[in-house]
Amino acid sequence: MVKIEGQSVQKGIAIGNIFVWKKKEVSLKATKISNPEEELNAFYEAREKAIAELREMGEKAKGKVSDEDAEIFTVHQMLLQDLDFEDAVKDGILQEHLNASYATYQAGESLAEIFAAMDDNAYMMERASDFRDIAARVIRKLQNIEDKLTLPETPVILVADDLSPTETIGIDTSSVLAFVTAKGSMNSHTAILARSLGITTLVNTGVELLDEYHGKLGIVDGLSGRFFIDPEEDVLYHLQTEKEQYEEEQKALQELIGVETITRSGRKIGLYANIGNVEDAQRALRYDAEGIGLFRSEFLYLNRNDYPSEEEQFESYKQVAEMMEGKEVIIRTLDIGADKQADYFQIPKEENPAMGLRAIRICLTRPEVFKVQLRALYRASAFGKLGIMFPMITSVEEVDEILGIIEEVKKELLDKNIEIGDPDLGVMIETPAAALISDLLAEKVDFFSIGTNDLTQYTLAMDRQNASLARFQNIHHQALLRLIEMTVRNAHAKNVRVGICGELGADSDLTEYFISIGVDELSVSAPRILSLRKQIREFA
Amino acid sequence: MVEFSYVIKDELGIHARPAGLLAKMAAGFKSNITLTVNGNAADAKRLISVMKLAAQQGQTAAFTIDGEDEKAAADALKKFMQENL
Repeated sequence: MVKIEGQSVQKGIAIGNIFVWKKKEVSLKATKISNPEEELNAFYEAREKAIAELREMGEKAKGKVSDEDAEIFTVHQMLLQDLDFEDAVKDGILQEHLNASYATYQAGESLAEIFAAMDDNAYMMERASDFRDIAARVIRKLQNIEDKLTLPETPVILVADDLSPTETIGIDTSSVLAFVTAKGSMNSHTAILARSLGITTLVNTGVELLDEYHGKLGIVDGLSGRFFIDPEEDVLYHLQTEKEQYEEEQKALQELIGVETITRSGRKIGLYANIGNVEDAQRALRYDAEGIGLFRSEFLYLNRNDYPSEEEQFESYKQVAEMMEGKEVIIRTLDIGADKQADYFQIPKEENPAMGLRAIRICLTRPEVFKVQLRALYRASAFGKLGIMFPMITSVEEVDEILGIIEEVKKELLDKNIEIGDPDLGVMIETPAAALISDLLAEKVDFFSIGTNDLTQYTLAMDRQNASLARFQNIHHQALLRLIEMTVRNAHAKNVRVGICGELGADSDLTEYFISIGVDELSVSAPRILSLRKQIREFA
Repeated sequence: MVEFSYVIKDELGIHARPAGLLAKMAAGFKSNITLTVNGNAADAKRLISVMKLAAQQGQTAAFTIDGEDEKAAADALKKFMQENL
């Protein structure tokens, strides 16, 4: 038995025969040539063949993969026709007198390196593989190497060094139980496709492509990131059982889509999703979220050079509101500062940023910035069921000031005959101060959302990122639970709803406790929703 | 000469697929079309040059269009940017 570890990009367990795909090697030698014109023509011919092949693959892929995935064939055709690529090959042949294969390789490689160096842009870094892929295709045509993969009818575990983008899409995935690649990363094309098709996949395993592996029994355990070749009897038995359990569980969870989140005694709990951008909202819907409990608006502000306009914000909020089709969407206003910084805000350097100018404190210091966001939110509220909540509240005066600004914004919009909705307003309870005065805050708003991450950090006075504090950190600390309990009690006395949107909301050890103290809604990352629903439906 | 700017909203920025469509569309016009992002300029008709700009969400894409069909090119590109990026 051989055991190999790798990074799992798609969960699940696959058991089946191993198919080792060794690609044919092309020959690459930087030989000098004497007939550059002929070599250049050979390149043009090979390039035409490569383009024709991509066109054919694109046609075949249609209907089998998503339109977006199939676009890669068109993009590769365009990259091959691109003048930058052509010029680079031409230079290699005509100036440096390199043979066509090597000139093509060199052109692909130099482009790949430019993109691989874009280390602030994960998407563009991955594009390096596209340039290697297009060059390799032309080189195979130049050397008349056919490299088609023919898989047996019985599905197999496909083991390869790495899969180029077009190889991945071109594979008939109904014949593949799992992918295992020696190289590759979490963002590679193989990984992206595996996730969208739900095929168990391990990348970056360093597996050797030995002939003796071919045809042997293999197990890919995407739950623990292990690959077994020729497994021992007890390993096989153990993983077979685990596979059945996992698949049963997945099926059971799928059956919970569309089912109410309700305890046996009939109490309904709202199971919402936390999201950070528009794409996340689609995912939330796939996992059957009953609403959005925390929409972090920072994505609009971070990684850019200037403030987002009212129009841009309005479009994003409106898009999510419409996408959720009448389900509640709670948007948290700007929560920048501390660990989330944007240079154009020009926040002066602070000794202690966690306790500094952040979140609502920035908004109240710079009402002109705050008002742009509020205008966008109020306009979007006409298109769905929006809620607006304010982070890092510590006093009633802050809430009064916010409500005053909101009145001004509403009046401005109405004066211009712009349609607005009537969103619910809420505050985050994430400072001990807010929890301790929750009875007073409850008189001002429609809902509370308890942000347990910051509430823990500020209650215990411990940085949650600081690993050396691990032995002092008790995430279920009594002080924290007492503050939460008090908040819920004070809220309910004034008919104010309470949700939990921090990490503790998804902590299954606390779910029963939260329900018992009366929490109305839990907002968690989308993949946690169905298992929590299952758990809640079993409570009395 | 016509100029216009657009703030990129797509989360991946100008990624490969829209960059391809953009280059294809630009190539359909006779005018010279220059795309400038973050101080770097590229010929909008060349896909790889456009990709090298690595334009990200929130950055401004500034187009400069010069030639006989500049007006039509500007209108088409504006519409394209709004719909795709």
